[in-house]
Amino acid sequence: MRYMVMHYQTQAMEDGIPPTAQEQAAIGEYMKEAAMSGVLLSGEGVASSAKGARIEVQDGATRVIDGPFAEAKELIAGFAILDVGSLDEAIEHARRFALLVGSDRVDVRKVIEVEDLVLPEQQR
Amino acid sequence: MGTEVDRRVAALWRVESPRVTARLARLVGDLDTAEELAQDAFVAALERWRRDGIPDNPAAWLTKTARDLAVDRLRRRDTGRAKYQVVAASTPLTVEHDLDEVVDGALADDLLGLVFMSCHPILSADARSALTLKLVCGLRTEDLARAFLAPEATIAQRIVRAKRTLAAANVRFELPGPKERPARLDAVREVIYLVFNEGHTATTGDNWITPELCAEALRLGRMLATLTPGDTETLGLLALMEIQASRLPARLAADGSPVLLMDQDRSRWDQLLVRSGLTHVEQVDALGGTVGPYALQAAIAACHARARVAEDTDWERITALYDGLAQISPSPVVELNRGVATAQAFGPEAGLEIVRPLLERADLRGYHLLPAVVGDLLCRNGSHEEAREHFLRSAALTKNTRERATMQDRAAQCASGHGA
Repeated sequence: MRYMVMHYQTQAMEDGIPPTAQEQAAIGEYMKEAAMSGVLLSGEGVASSAKGARIEVQDGATRVIDGPFAEAKELIAGFAILDVGSLDEAIEHARRFALLVGSDRVDVRKVIEVEDLVLPEQQR
Repeated sequence: MGTEVDRRVAALWRVESPRVTARLARLVGDLDTAEELAQDAFVAALERWRRDGIPDNPAAWLTKTARDLAVDRLRRRDTGRAKYQVVAASTPLTVEHDLDEVVDGALADDLLGLVFMSCHPILSADARSALTLKLVCGLRTEDLARAFLAPEATIAQRIVRAKRTLAAANVRFELPGPKERPARLDAVREVIYLVFNEGHTATTGDNWITPELCAEALRLGRMLATLTPGDTETLGLLALMEIQASRLPARLAADGSPVLLMDQDRSRWDQLLVRSGLTHVEQVDALGGTVGPYALQAAIAACHARARVAEDTDWERITALYDGLAQISPSPVVELNRGVATAQAFGPEAGLEIVRPLLERADLRGYHLLPAVVGDLLCRNGSHEEAREHFLRSAALTKNTRERATMQDRAAQCASGHGA
């Protein structure tokens, strides 16, 4: 089963302060190990919200707001998708990452698979 | 408290035990001792953490504890030897020096060494897959029993025997040199693909797909691709498995019956796996050089993956790839698939020309897919009565309940004169 591990921004990340060489090396090492254990399916980091935008929907109408956004700590800084046997296992992978990445918060969320969905033909 | 610690240690076993076991195997040399010491380290962790709580970096604690246990074991082994040597008036061994050299080696080498040992060619295919899943994937014997639909005692016995075989042949932790390596990697890939296929089509019983084994095989494939970068056959194997696994969500109809590739709802294919598979195929192309059988099969799978709808499938390219595969890796099954592709590209008669001779082969007499294919091609040719006999033959041969039902249905359709 797959889990999406998302780490949240700190004010420093939002301000565009890059991680130190040491931090980057530690994260690089972790990513290498995760690749070696064969669980890492995909992963990306995202830039400060100053380089992004937000789409708000109200009464069926959309409104685009350019970044940056005020609430830095509510913003995702990156994600990884892991293929593991259980939530506990995903947590152990994410815990190691959390200690390295410098976030205050990392969420581990289950990816919805086809078998989790009620497909139209099964409702008959 | 106890239960939370127990749960975390169980999860940590899955995550950390392959690395711990691999490091230990390098230290002590043999798999049996390495596995035993890894278990000791986790038991020590469980006892300690139940009392004191779990440390911030449990992985580091486990690695250090395992290392200490190994050093202790080696010292005792060495003391035994030294005592013997004192009696034999020989010089004592310098244990510490040797240990420091091996203790801090690279993780990648440790894991690769563990993979090579678990997939050692002197072991039977069954033994290799069981050992690999247990030691490299960190599965428990009961998980393996469930996945292979076999009693736990059978699996436990298989693993004990495998370790005994390795010990008897004095197989030690090793990284095969450049001359040996290609053949040893072939043995590893064979195990991975075997595990994948075991999961992809459970050969017996009602369960058509055992997804856990597919997931483990994919994990092993990704691991091997990371450990041997630039190896086109490993990339090919990974791509092949990814593309095949991408179709799993579309392989079963709502009533649980199998849906064949051409009839699948392609919107249900797992796009993450498709993309990853296609990327790996592109990497193989970019690396160039001679293409092996896995890379060719991956290229064939990629042709299907690229077709948005079944009608878009580039059968001429697939036929050409099968022609290549039949040359470098000829087998009756490749020939059968080549026949299917040829029929798609150039009509059922062209396919039957390739497939019919296979009916004479003694080694295919029990293979249920051959009459299924022959039946299908005859059907498309309008020879319904002859097709019906082949479908019935396929139904009689398959051990899979659902496949049998599908074949019986097709035979019945033939009897009523419209075979599709």
